[in-house]
Amino acid sequence: MRVALFSTCIVDAMYPKVAAATVSVLERLGHEVVFPQGQTCCSQMHVNSGYFDDAYPVVKTHVKAFSEWDFDVAVAPSGSCVASLGHQQPMIAERAGDTATATAAADLAARTFELSQFLIDICGITDAAEQLGSYFPEKVTFHASCHGMRLLRLGTRQEDLVRTVGGLEYTQIEDQDQCCGFGGTFSFKNADTSGAMVADKVQHIEETGASVCTGGDVSCLMNIGGALSRKESPVQTVHFAEILASTKENPLKVSGPVSVTAGGK
Amino acid sequence: MTATALGMPQVRHGVGNIFEHEPFPEYAKRELKNEQLRANLGFATHKIRTKRDAVTSELPDWQDLRTAGSMIKQQVMANLDTYLEEFERNFTAKGGHVHWARDAHEANEIALKLIQAEGVTEVNKIKSMATAETGLNEYLEEFGIHAIETDLAEEIVQLGDNDRPSHILVPAIHRNRTEIRDIFRRKIEGVNPNLSDDPAELAEASRFRLREKFLTNKVAISGVNFGIADTGTMTIVESEGNGRMCLTLPDTLITFMGVEKLLPTVQDLEVFTQLLPRSSTGERMNPYTSMWTGVTPGDGPQNLHVILMDNGRTAVLADQVGRQALNCIRCSACMNVCPVYERAGGHAYGSTYPGPIGAILSPQLGGIENEHNATLPFASSLCGACYDACPVKINIPDVLVHLRGKAVDAEKAQGEFAGGKKDPHYQMDAIMFGAKKLFSSGKLMGLATKGLPVSKLVTGKKHKISKLPGLVGGWTDYRDIPEPPSTSFRNQWKKERGAAPKRVGGSRVDVAALMEANKTKVAEAHAKAEAANPIIKEAQ
Ligand code: SF4
Repeated sequence: MRVALFSTCIVDAMYPKVAAATVSVLERLGHEVVFPQGQTCCSQMHVNSGYFDDAYPVVKTHVKAFSEWDFDVAVAPSGSCVASLGHQQPMIAERAGDTATATAAADLAARTFELSQFLIDICGITDAAEQLGSYFPEKVTFHASCHGMRLLRLGTRQEDLVRTVGGLEYTQIEDQDQCCGFGGTFSFKNADTSGAMVADKVQHIEETGASVCTGGDVSCLMNIGGALSRKESPVQTVHFAEILASTKENPLKVSGPVSVTAGGK
Repeated sequence: MTATALGMPQVRHGVGNIFEHEPFPEYAKRELKNEQLRANLGFATHKIRTKRDAVTSELPDWQDLRTAGSMIKQQVMANLDTYLEEFERNFTAKGGHVHWARDAHEANEIALKLIQAEGVTEVNKIKSMATAETGLNEYLEEFGIHAIETDLAEEIVQLGDNDRPSHILVPAIHRNRTEIRDIFRRKIEGVNPNLSDDPAELAEASRFRLREKFLTNKVAISGVNFGIADTGTMTIVESEGNGRMCLTLPDTLITFMGVEKLLPTVQDLEVFTQLLPRSSTGERMNPYTSMWTGVTPGDGPQNLHVILMDNGRTAVLADQVGRQALNCIRCSACMNVCPVYERAGGHAYGSTYPGPIGAILSPQLGGIENEHNATLPFASSLCGACYDACPVKINIPDVLVHLRGKAVDAEKAQGEFAGGKKDPHYQMDAIMFGAKKLFSSGKLMGLATKGLPVSKLVTGKKHKISKLPGLVGGWTDYRDIPEPPSTSFRNQWKKERGAAPKRVGGSRVDVAALMEANKTKVAEAHAKAEAANPIIKEAQ
């Protein structure tokens, strides 16, 4: 299949290793990956902050970038950004009186999948160790991001893939379905409430004794990881694509503070 | 399209307790420091969540019931004028009196006149959101009329000086037993001075006080859960039975009713009497459901009044996205599952209506441009737990975002910011403007992210950012930011792979067919996960 990678703006700028890991997993399955260079952002930050007018050019940019390419499906390592495409982009274009973009956005959204959805529902992957060669001998816990869970209804897809990774020991956190407190601009506009939420999340993560907390959205992981770092906790946060990409031959190293390398090219 | 553009009458916002009086973040910051409050809230909300989960998941048709509830309410809102007139006809035909109030103030005035006509100075009250919204108790007090709250929790709040309810179902959720004992010792005349904090003893002290009130006061005031249009029947659901006393013993009953409280027929109660108790207290059935239809000679109140109150509700109705807030049956499930409410507590929302429903209702009832109502729609991480819990499927996150748009528009219309460049609104505008420019072009993103190595300078030896200035400093108050990577993905990709041909043509893979072929895979993946790494729930 020809897969267009929708990296998302935050992965592109802050976590390129997550995009690299996604590409690695997709290519391992024999897919051809293309990266539409014109892409930027899903517009969610603007929409959720109430800046609908400013969101419109961002929506147009996204739709145009992907319409210039021919591909079977688009895949993104984010539940939140994928949800935003179908849920918000048509509304923003419609509001600006641009029906053509609204229709194109809805069509594109229907062809864009979150990574675990793509792997399980389209590629039929049910066992990461066996079918992807994933290997990650760490004690891991998982944060279920809200938008993947409640807007995309991913259920346990991401978590299930992680649990079938070779060598991995899994532990579930208390209140797994509770928001980590990120919420985009909520994290600084309502900093104290958000801070109280992430403090509880971090406490539950530490209670598990896991060395790694994974999840499907780097925005939440940046929030959780930032709070762990502030506490000087040894627990690391990595995206589940990085764990799937990790193999025995080319393992993901989580030691060291920043330069986590994406494994398994 | 605005209401005015359609030639509709200008919207009329409500008055009363439907306003946030200071910016939510500031109020919340103070409340977050109250350890007692956070402990009580954490404990109570977790307990009720577990109960609610149990009694909603046991019903095989729970989702269908939610859909039915939502559709009935949508039907009412779409034909509100007809249902209101039908209700008025039937309520009047059965001996009741209907009064119309444009806002909270008019509603209070009508109630005052009715009470004064009975020549009493004390009235009993059933717990009611509508009278809390109008501030009835304080209003009556100005005219020398004392309203006695007969719901135990409301009574605690009323006796605790300058206190306010913080939860619509558990108004005294912010108080613990010792505090309640102290309030009772101080405020209940003739109470045992050695009263303990044992719940049974506390309830007995309250009963002792209220018994006498029930038997002597001739006028009672209530709200209502459901008004039935085709019969004029009123319904109140409650747990304690105090409401039943107020509904049956007095001569005069005055009911405050928001115009949105209608259901078309008695049969619709079948849906709502299942939805409400399971969603609110987590019970299969509430202990008391009282229904009354008109006056029955010689039995129950002989003077029956209802005050039908708008107070901003038609303004809500005029907003096609926001109007679903009127479907609310005040079950409080949304606040019990809300992570923001759980931390900040109900008082932080200012208005009578706290939590997620308050965040969408108050700005619509009272106007988003008034007081600090514009900060309420932002008091959410948009996690969506409220939408999943709501028995009438109000899409609270969508309405929050919709109202954020209105808040930004209203704020932009104001022009200059009071705080100049330091004003948070100014900073927010600047951030959004910069991001719009950046996100409007992939090329620009590429250029900007080439500058990332420079940002290493700000991260220093620790490879992280621990302090940012201004509005975004809120992030670094609680979290670090990792050191940005040496290059962005797009630049790395371009370097390694170069430009691929944009179009290859050819036919597309049939994704729908693949999904159909793999439809068992989700369950299969879950089974394999269970086998590979079973989840062991340790006993707490
Ligand atoms: S919005 Fe829904 S969940 Fe919240 S109180 Fe109203 S009916 Fe209950």
